[in-house]
Amino acid sequence: MTDEADAACRPLGRLERVSATPHFDDAHDAGETRRAGRQGLGVALATSAYGISFGALAVTAGLDVWQTCVLSLVMFTGGSQFAFVGVIGAGGLAAAPAAIASAALLGIRNAAYGMRMSPVIGSGFWRRAGAAQFTIDESTAVSLAQTTRRARLVGFWVTGIAIYVGWNISTLAGALLGDVLGDPKAYGLDAAAAAAFLALLWPRLRRRQAIAVGVAAAIVATALTPVLMPGLPVLIAAFVAIVVGWFNWLGESEAAPPGQSEAAALRRAQEPWEGLP
Amino acid sequence: MTLWTAILVASIICVAWKTLGYLVPPKVLEAPRPARIADLLTVALLAALVAVQTLGVGQAIVVDARVPAVIVAAGLLLLRAPFLVVVAAAALVAALLRLWGWAA
Repeated sequence: MTDEADAACRPLGRLERVSATPHFDDAHDAGETRRAGRQGLGVALATSAYGISFGALAVTAGLDVWQTCVLSLVMFTGGSQFAFVGVIGAGGLAAAPAAIASAALLGIRNAAYGMRMSPVIGSGFWRRAGAAQFTIDESTAVSLAQTTRRARLVGFWVTGIAIYVGWNISTLAGALLGDVLGDPKAYGLDAAAAAAFLALLWPRLRRRQAIAVGVAAAIVATALTPVLMPGLPVLIAAFVAIVVGWFNWLGESEAAPPGQSEAAALRRAQEPWEGLP
Repeated sequence: MTLWTAILVASIICVAWKTLGYLVPPKVLEAPRPARIADLLTVALLAALVAVQTLGVGQAIVVDARVPAVIVAAGLLLLRAPFLVVVAAAALVAALLRLWGWAA
């Protein structure tokens, strides 16, 4: 398709996004699909870049280069990876159970993403097994932001696979870099870890309930740090979410349709890349 | 437990979560409570990690160069700076404050 035709499709695409039901007009579909691919690559580039900070932080936390790479190859979910090395960095091997628990709890949201992606991906054992490993914040967000079924598929696979490749290459680069750096504090890498968690948290702090939970969890974790072994304060702070979420304290008064609220949350999570082509 | 065991156990659990999403019927998500708790769990864990990573050194609470660095990071996030800029700026602020001896 020419750029002109692509441009012609764009206003239509914009209108489409307002209506909830996808349309399956051929010309529109091709434009949407290309747009999904471009968006996926843009998001992958931005996301892969910070694999460097993960690699460097993991090595300074005490992991070797291989261990760091296995986390990116197998675990492959940024939040859990940062949490795992953060807890190991603070508490050493004694904190390993807490590190496992933190990574596992942060990974729960990927199950929710899998449920959303399952009907998009379709049937077939290998296709679904492959899709499962690429199911992360970014691939789900790019996919669900599209309006046609084909664009959703392309958005998911392009984003997921491109991030997998980029994230693993940049993890290795970061780990090799971290290995030769020496004292991590001199480079401010301890502050970089805190900033990384803040940047992961930021797009999720839109609603009053989320902000309240975030503030309360931070206070609980800080207050418990002097009295518990490293790693445990973070886990106990997670109970704030379970209690507030169970009773829906500070929640919006009228319940939004569940599918829509999930999609809205993902769109919010995607926002840092909105300006990309 | 060796570090390798911990890495493999944590990785397998995370892969299991992803796979589980494709095994359960999508209807489960229509219950608002589990969806809401999964959402807030992520917020609580990340916020707790920000706090501990900014103020904790082992079991002690220490205010050092990390605090101004994280404040700078928050300011950049308000200005919608990209992830890598935010992380690099925080590292730079902490490194410079230590180099100049203005903060521990």
